[in-house]
Amino acid sequence: MSLITKYVLISIDEDTLIAGARKVETELKRILEELDLSREIMVVETGTMGIMGKGVVILIQPDDVTYVNVTPEDVREIANEHLLKGRPVKRLEFTGKIDQSVISFRETAQELKKQTRVVLGNSGLINPESIDEYIAVNGYEALGKALTEHKPEEIIDIVKKSGLRGRGGAGFPTGLKWSFTAPLKNKPKYLVCNADEGEPGTFKDRLIMEGDPHKLLEGMAIAAYAIGAEKGFIYIRGEYTLSINRTQKAIEDARKYGLLGQDIFGSGFSFDVEIKKGAGAYVCGEETALINSLEGGRGNPRVKPPFPGVQGLWQQPTVVNNVETLSNVPAIILNGADWYKSIGTEKSSGTKVYTILGHVHNPGLIEVEMGTTLRDIIYKYAGGVKGGKFKCALVGGAAGAFLNEEMLDVRMDYDHLGEYKAVLGSGAILVMNEESCIVDMLRNILFFFKHESCGKCSPCRIGTAQLYMLADKIYSGQGTDEDLDQMLTLSEAMSTTALCALGQSPYLVIHTADKFFKDEIEEHIRRKVCMKDICRMNGAEHK
Amino acid sequence: MEALKIHIPDNEQYRELGAYIESVRNMPGPLINVLHKAQGIFGYLPMEVQAFISRELDIPLSTVYGVVTFYNFFSMTPRGKYVINVCMGTACYVKGAGKVVDYFKDELKVGEGETTEDNLFTLTTARCFGACGLAPVLMVNEDVYGHVDRKKVTEILKKYRSLG
Repeated sequence: MSLITKYVLISIDEDTLIAGARKVETELKRILEELDLSREIMVVETGTMGIMGKGVVILIQPDDVTYVNVTPEDVREIANEHLLKGRPVKRLEFTGKIDQSVISFRETAQELKKQTRVVLGNSGLINPESIDEYIAVNGYEALGKALTEHKPEEIIDIVKKSGLRGRGGAGFPTGLKWSFTAPLKNKPKYLVCNADEGEPGTFKDRLIMEGDPHKLLEGMAIAAYAIGAEKGFIYIRGEYTLSINRTQKAIEDARKYGLLGQDIFGSGFSFDVEIKKGAGAYVCGEETALINSLEGGRGNPRVKPPFPGVQGLWQQPTVVNNVETLSNVPAIILNGADWYKSIGTEKSSGTKVYTILGHVHNPGLIEVEMGTTLRDIIYKYAGGVKGGKFKCALVGGAAGAFLNEEMLDVRMDYDHLGEYKAVLGSGAILVMNEESCIVDMLRNILFFFKHESCGKCSPCRIGTAQLYMLADKIYSGQGTDEDLDQMLTLSEAMSTTALCALGQSPYLVIHTADKFFKDEIEEHIRRKVCMKDICRMNGAEHK
Repeated sequence: MEALKIHIPDNEQYRELGAYIESVRNMPGPLINVLHKAQGIFGYLPMEVQAFISRELDIPLSTVYGVVTFYNFFSMTPRGKYVINVCMGTACYVKGAGKVVDYFKDELKVGEGETTEDNLFTLTTARCFGACGLAPVLMVNEDVYGHVDRKKVTEILKKYRSLG
């Protein structure tokens, strides 16, 4: 019988580590020992709880009390008051909206299924470094079910019916992608997980890997079974040290348990995974560039066709899927396509993980149903706009679109956003208050594209440099009306001629900036003033 | 045409790299892994090191050079003991990362990508670190600092100067 009466969940991710989570944890364990509570109260390390920029975050269960900005000095007070006497420490309590992915222990598993936590369900709840805890919450059950009850074709069918679409940005139907590779006879085939998350303002994949790495591995194994791959790679950004370490440990543990390796579940299916570290190039998030980088070369995109599904890594059939996409797969297999389709909207099923940042009260990570409005995301989950009125949100990262106030009630899914020529992209939502200047933002984004252009195709190599130059002219008070026109024409030409998404993307930010904030841009051009006093209108500094 | 002659010294560092190359020789596409390792050993990737890798892996030097110059992570110039990397991602930028860079330029009297005369600091900028909740963010080697302002810049420099 368990003596445990309370759990103290301490979030260990890169944000909280910087804030000193380890020191708090050590102090907590020491004081529990001292108070002779260490057998009744268990300290559990978990992944992110979706609360960012608020220092060390701990959650006490079953009381469902979250503390933020906890320092080692606060630990004694929490232990004495809350853990010993049952009186929560009001001063440290988190009062903002807590992200839906943080689950209360009081909820039953049945209720959870109705909720909208598919990808982040375990994040902040289980210890990501323990395979046993993952198995305890039905982990690897979907893999067992897939391997023993379904043929690969059936898996593809279920995923097709579920309506799951790629979460990396493009939104391509996942089942359809798999169905191109599955029937091919040439061996070996590869499954590649794209974890080279580089879209500015996006870190959902990092937190998924840090919070629940086994879910990703399980999703990969199911995908590999469906397409007939025996080898998988996870291409992770080199900077994501904690993701790399946790995923590596997860791989090793899964091998020990026979959940990766030869003849998994006695099904005759074998699959293993290897991590490859990226070396810092945005363009490597493009699937063919990523494949070139995996092969050890420059990360230049390839000309398509042939598509990677037919000729990818080392010219073999290769499926490339995003971390979030693959992390959706186990739940779909376990609960069925109809269950998944019941979440979200008709054409965009399931949930979406967003990172919400910038001028909001509670920046962080949320997972909500497809079709949730931008207004709800900003005001319900992120606590509203900070430091002034809402001006606009940049949705989808640098490769995304600006949405202004009129667009707050647009439903966030592939099709509704598509109607406005906007995209869901990587799920980054950068909120800007009225103190921000659109010209300054545009120049920053265009500098980014210029810097990250790989130089292989002319539209992008020359185009991104020209676009930055034109934006910089406007930023420094030298712009003319023709410059703005040229930016629009040039980026449109790039959107149809560039080899990959990098060169095609600037069109969207430029187009939406012009559509919603034409007056502000023209003010910079005609009156040579920046009302926010951000742009260097005297033409001084050039980057 | 005569092949490029580059003298490759024989010392402990090269032997360590050589042993690593041996261990990954049969792995498909090992070049980037080898470069990560080499930069770890030497701190940067001078021409001699690239020539050594080219010879050992039997990959043309032009290819090695092409890969080194493609990725932001690899550097061909020696870096300071502490590399200050300021995130210029959109989220950090909107929270004033541009100013943070200016503070460092002011205090260190170097430009972006440059190293101070005492070889203590190199100032660089990067795309998004994925730590946007802490914007503006910077890294000094492996240490991450969030919510950086002018005061914090001074404190950070003071801290590393005292470490020497």
